[in-house]
Amino acid sequence: MNKIADNRAWWLVLPVFILVAFSALIPLMTVVNYSVQDIFGPGSAYFVGTEWFEEVLGSDRLQDSLGRQFLFSGAVLAIQIPLGIGIALMMPTTGKRASLCLILLAIPLLIPWNVVGTIWQIFGRGDIGLFGWGLNQLGMDYNYTSSTVDAWLTVLLMDVWHWTPLVALLCYSGLRAIPEAFYQAAEIDRASNWAIFRYIQLPRLKSVLVIAVLLRFMDSFMIYTEPFVLTGGGPGSSTTFLSQTLTTMAIGQFDIGRAAAFSLIYFLIVLLVSWLFFTAITHLDRQK
Amino acid sequence: MLAWMNWTLPVAIFFAVIAAILLVMTVYEVVSPCSERKGFLPIATTRGDRLFIGLLTSAYIHLAWLGLTELSLYIALAVSVIWLAVLLRWG
Repeated sequence: MNKIADNRAWWLVLPVFILVAFSALIPLMTVVNYSVQDIFGPGSAYFVGTEWFEEVLGSDRLQDSLGRQFLFSGAVLAIQIPLGIGIALMMPTTGKRASLCLILLAIPLLIPWNVVGTIWQIFGRGDIGLFGWGLNQLGMDYNYTSSTVDAWLTVLLMDVWHWTPLVALLCYSGLRAIPEAFYQAAEIDRASNWAIFRYIQLPRLKSVLVIAVLLRFMDSFMIYTEPFVLTGGGPGSSTTFLSQTLTTMAIGQFDIGRAAAFSLIYFLIVLLVSWLFFTAITHLDRQK
Repeated sequence: MLAWMNWTLPVAIFFAVIAAILLVMTVYEVVSPCSERKGFLPIATTRGDRLFIGLLTSAYIHLAWLGLTELSLYIALAVSVIWLAVLLRWG
């Protein structure tokens, strides 16, 4: 082996680097600058140091919406991951029925977020919505605009409807990648269905599941449009998640300094979680 | 051109220091390339990994300091610098 170390190919990365600089680094630097100032308008900004950070960290508003956000993302993962695996396991493996299932599953994924919000807003209404009307006819006192529990249930149900197909499709592709020989060996050993799932399918789905968990966590952690359209964050602020709190602060109240500090903290949380997942994925790959 | 970015001196110093760290680490990497190794962290890391972990945890140290104590942030900075050094050397 007589390889010449020639790293000039790295120059090809330069355009991407410049693009990232303008799309990410410069805005990030601007946000950091905003976060240490009180800005009233162009040309009238006052340096306030870490005041915004202290205020945001100590405010109930951030802590409450952060708590709600983690609860929501946790619930989303706890429901969608097992459900997605279950659906993938039940799906037909070959033939026309498989294609039909795939198409049916993919439909919710194709619908834009605000349309999903609108669909569920109408679906859940007590007077004209099938879901809300049906529940009320069954004698249940369901009203997502006035009851916190109902609002949460509706938002969760909407997210499950919208995004479980993604988990299911990922798991389905993972399951199809398992060689037939594994199942034949299991049959020879007279393994039960549970044993097949526990010792063949689940371990083989591991890397797909890590990606599914990462995607679902990030998406649900940054959710904005659907609950905004469905409940507007209410009743009260019971379904106001982090990004909506941030948007209200930045655009609604034009509180740029505080919103900048808030978004930096938000960014740090997302960065930490993404890094943890990234490390987990790369280490899974390395173990193979 | 940069007026809209509302530059302040502390933030400029912050980013200059980060840029300087990255530059020094790049030069250091070219002069003596590092290999992955296992320290007190639960995973094997390269020098760059440890720098990233150190910077991220430093950010959290500062936030925790702001949120939980009334003490000067310079103490948090000192703690972070020591932590970063320990992490880079033994992490």
